[in-house]
Amino acid sequence: MDFSIVTYAVPFLLVGVKTTLLIAFFGVGIGLPFGILMATARMSRRGIVRKCADFYCAVFRGTPMLVQVFVIYYGLAQIGFIRHNTVLWWLIGDSLHAAILAVILNTGAYTAEIFRTALLSLPRGLIEAAQACGMSAWVVFHRVKFPLALRQALPSYSTEVAVIIKESSLASTITVLEITGYAKRLMSETFAIMEIFVITAVFYLAINVVCLTALHAIERRLSFERHAAR
Amino acid sequence: MLHDIWVLMIEKGWLLALLRGAGITLLIGFLGAVIGLATAIPLAILRWRRVPALSQLVDAYSIVVRGVPGLLVIYLLFFGSVDWVQKIASAFGYAESAENAYPLIIGIAAIAAISCAYSIEVIRGALQAVPAGLLEAARSLSLSPRVTFSRVTLPLALRLALGGINNVWQMTIKDTSLVSVVGMQELMRAAAVAAGITRSPLLFYCMAAAMFFGMTVASQVLFNRVEKHFNRGFTRG
Repeated sequence: MDFSIVTYAVPFLLVGVKTTLLIAFFGVGIGLPFGILMATARMSRRGIVRKCADFYCAVFRGTPMLVQVFVIYYGLAQIGFIRHNTVLWWLIGDSLHAAILAVILNTGAYTAEIFRTALLSLPRGLIEAAQACGMSAWVVFHRVKFPLALRQALPSYSTEVAVIIKESSLASTITVLEITGYAKRLMSETFAIMEIFVITAVFYLAINVVCLTALHAIERRLSFERHAAR
Repeated sequence: MLHDIWVLMIEKGWLLALLRGAGITLLIGFLGAVIGLATAIPLAILRWRRVPALSQLVDAYSIVVRGVPGLLVIYLLFFGSVDWVQKIASAFGYAESAENAYPLIIGIAAIAAISCAYSIEVIRGALQAVPAGLLEAARSLSLSPRVTFSRVTLPLALRLALGGINNVWQMTIKDTSLVSVVGMQELMRAAAVAAGITRSPLLFYCMAAAMFFGMTVASQVLFNRVEKHFNRGFTRG
């Protein structure tokens, strides 16, 4: 392997890492609460709310992320109302913003599914006990249901975080230069295809390892066994 | 509005182009998934048996491909193979036909490579989940290791793997959209071309989304049936 390629490629890819992490940061920071909100909407007592949330999840889980990115970036820009509305245009007019929005909406649907299964798996007795204590619906949710569901959902959510990092690569299809975007440019520039692939793969694997280790640490901290082990 | 859509879709023939693209998507997805699964089974067995050196190699392949975006794998295979495919083809005097068939073959290979990496994990998990008692029972009947594998382990493991295979298939059909970025004429590419020429991206990308959605929903229904068939005689829970 030629080392001059490494020294040439790494600075570009490091710039790409920043963008990838930025997209992933918003994907987790906004996508997680949004997904949890959608999970509760899917279990709502109101039929219309439930149906809308179900539809949203089915559509975003049933279509490729690439189509979602294109519909948001190219498709929605066609609607005059959105183009003339400052806030909406800020959201999708810029390719980076559009990519972040697409990642949030995509991960929201998968996160909703993860948390829905977690919320459904909670023992009924615990919730009944909380209600019997006279807790309001909100208190039951944030003191009983949510902490328990979070423990259930975290392992699956770690996988979802790895998926977010990978899916953020689709931003490169709408001209955002993140890791994959730079990798493609470097590949066609230097023709050192295999070398660039290996360096890029190392970057992705390193990001994945860091994120998964961090999530695993959170998982351990939240688990009950910590107290039992002492 | 409706009339405009009718003109674009039917009279200008874009619907046909999209449907043709959808057919190619299904072809790539299906061949990619089948080839991926077929290569994943022996590789998963290597890992399951813990064959030295080879099992680590399979592990490394699976970790790398599952850890990097599908787009990157596709770039590697496309850009990395243009050169030598051309050389081989012209050496044998097939330069022209190679140019035509090349994107399709590499597209299927890329999808198969990604699908294979995920399938390995699914099948290895299923092989490990086969109850040890059943294998001991087979041994106590003095079945040869080969018969044990082909008559006991594999059928049981495939039933256990069915759910995972469904997930991999759903992912594979969605991943086929990625090969459009290197110029493959499948559904996503057809939609992009139509969107560019007619200047109505919203309509065509939504159509593409609807077609993909139709494919995933249909395969989900199909898989539920297959699963029901293979799980007959097993009680739930």
